[in-house]
Amino acid sequence: MSGGVESRQARAGAALAAPALLLIGGFFVLPVAAAFLLSLTDFDIYAIADRDRLRVVGLDNYAALLRDRLFWTALANTTVFVALATPLSLALSLATALAVTAAAVRAASLFRTLFFLPVVTSLVAVAVVWRYLYHPRFGLLNYLIGLVGLSPQDWLGDARLALPALVVLAVWKNFGFNMVVFMAALQAIPATLYEAASVDGAGARTQFARITLPMLRPTLLFVAAMTLIGNFQLFAEPYVMTRGGPNDATLSIVLYMYEQGFRWWNLGYASAIAFVLFFLVLVASLLGAGLTRGKGAVQ
Amino acid sequence: MTRLRRAVHTLLAAALLAAAGCAPPNEQELRLWAMGREGELVQRLLPEFERAHPGVRVRVQQLPWSAAHEKLLTAFVGGSMPDVFQVGTTWIPELVALGALAPLDAHLNADDAADIFPGILEASRVDGRLWAMPWYVDTRLLFYRADLLRAAGWAEPPQDWDGWRLALQGVRAAAGPGRYALLLPLSEWQPPVILAFQRGAPLLRGADEWGDFQAPAFRQAFMFYLSFFRDGLAPTRAEGQLANLYQDFADGFFSALITGPWNLSEMAARLPAGLQDAWATAPMPGGSGGEPGLSIAGGASLAVHADSPHQAAAWQLVEYLAAPQRQLEFYRLSGDLPARRAAWTAGRLADDPRVAAFWRQLGYVRTPPRVPEGERIATAINRAAEAAVRGDATPEAALARLDSEVDAILAKRRWLLARQRAETGP
Repeated sequence: MSGGVESRQARAGAALAAPALLLIGGFFVLPVAAAFLLSLTDFDIYAIADRDRLRVVGLDNYAALLRDRLFWTALANTTVFVALATPLSLALSLATALAVTAAAVRAASLFRTLFFLPVVTSLVAVAVVWRYLYHPRFGLLNYLIGLVGLSPQDWLGDARLALPALVVLAVWKNFGFNMVVFMAALQAIPATLYEAASVDGAGARTQFARITLPMLRPTLLFVAAMTLIGNFQLFAEPYVMTRGGPNDATLSIVLYMYEQGFRWWNLGYASAIAFVLFFLVLVASLLGAGLTRGKGAVQ
Repeated sequence: MTRLRRAVHTLLAAALLAAAGCAPPNEQELRLWAMGREGELVQRLLPEFERAHPGVRVRVQQLPWSAAHEKLLTAFVGGSMPDVFQVGTTWIPELVALGALAPLDAHLNADDAADIFPGILEASRVDGRLWAMPWYVDTRLLFYRADLLRAAGWAEPPQDWDGWRLALQGVRAAAGPGRYALLLPLSEWQPPVILAFQRGAPLLRGADEWGDFQAPAFRQAFMFYLSFFRDGLAPTRAEGQLANLYQDFADGFFSALITGPWNLSEMAARLPAGLQDAWATAPMPGGSGGEPGLSIAGGASLAVHADSPHQAAAWQLVEYLAAPQRQLEFYRLSGDLPARRAAWTAGRLADDPRVAAFWRQLGYVRTPPRVPEGERIATAINRAAEAAVRGDATPEAALARLDSEVDAILAKRRWLLARQRAETGP
């Protein structure tokens, strides 16, 4: 009897889930599977016209990637970018969230808007402005460092400075979003905790370390994971600011994938790059998830 | 009820009329894709074509240059190619490999073909056939500040490499610190390739199957290119870092650059009035016996999609737009230099000394290797040049790496050629 009900329920459940499953299957699973098959071929401009010119190459694309100087450059650049931009973005967004939450109410909404503005501004428009800020002869940045006696730098044209310059731009562009998430989490911390801590004589620093940080931990880990994943997919900043230059110093994995896939139509090779990136992000996310669970268990 | 019925009748009649209106039995619609400003200006030439060809309508779609290449390939994959489209000459081999182009040979008679600048017509030739009708041409030559050159003691622009170097050194010395003589944007692959053409370097060897960049001729040109930077004659700054090319040219930040005909109108519009007599153009230095040095053949052509159902009308449109008088008209609209020499003589274009330099240079142009991988090879050349200029690789190492990169890029081409040979072989 109950079995009949259960199977009816299962059928109803399946019927309800079917549209979503179909969509996910059609627009996610299928393309990903197709892309994986594509990565096992040398699909390129020649093969588009004539499928007879397509060769199944097995894992050759992946082997070629390992020998590809530019891929390693892109991987190194992306890693440096992730390692620099992720902690910077977290620190800055947490600091501003704390400051804005603590400030007077009216000023808070003003600053919140100001800090969030870069997130909603088109990167192309932002890039035009930042190119001028970084300009070697007329840039504001060089003017400022000139005031303290430093010699002007060619920020985007110097292979050592270009990637850090993009880190600063990307952090500035994106920290507002994390800030808003942190602000919401901060407001969710019950005020009673702070009141109790004050009664116990805890100072601001102790309150931050003992109440704010532990209460923020789930949010912090979520924001860290999202920022990490987002930073691995670095594309738009180098695409509009430097086109991967100077001397490939800002070539990111996604930019390289784009060039291979949509500039040169080496779709097989580009798919292989996409899967390597997918694997990297997966590993990083799993590490992050493991970290979350580990900390949870300790608590 | 009657009101409803009447309304239905009216609607039906309207629908029938509309259907008749948009597709009269013998009306053809030609789709034309053209890029950038040309896409806008070409529309002014079309009413006359439509008058002369009743029953043919031309619908123009404008594409930005930066997206055009991708868009054409996507359209090809998606089966939505236009009937007629503008192509950059360097894209022709790629589109031929795709089988996207209808051959031009039957639509260009020998006299008309002879009237086109030979170096430019060559750019349309792939596998022994012509594929796209040259429409307007461009090549690169020297734009320079005649006043600054004169101040450095040169009444005439130099003609060979030694003179060029001396003149630039003179200009550089007169300009003072913080300034340069020649602008060579590191984002451009053309300057080293132009110099290599002048030394006769073929760039590729075999049936365009392997890189040939360590050959003495290319190496010599490459070293000459690098010497501009090493000697402080050219700034090592990426193009994006120039605040404003015209401003910097006017300020004397640099006094010469290698660029194309689009800058004729730009310079006239953007340089201050006081400098309008100070700038001039000259064919590339580097030839022998007073002849110009070679430069690159470029420009845009008109192509017909191989599968277009309107072949006859499409070719009529191409022939109409490519006729000398229309090219001249188009030059007056856009400043694009005509591909037909008859248009130059009819319009006395070479009477303007700045344009005359292009007339002369166009007799001395070569096309980059006509293989579908051409643009990738160009990017690889650019990469090698940039690495060597910035000192990240010795010139020898940069060229060795360039050869191996280009060999890898051409791997598929070698496989296809080998297969072809095996099929047609003994």
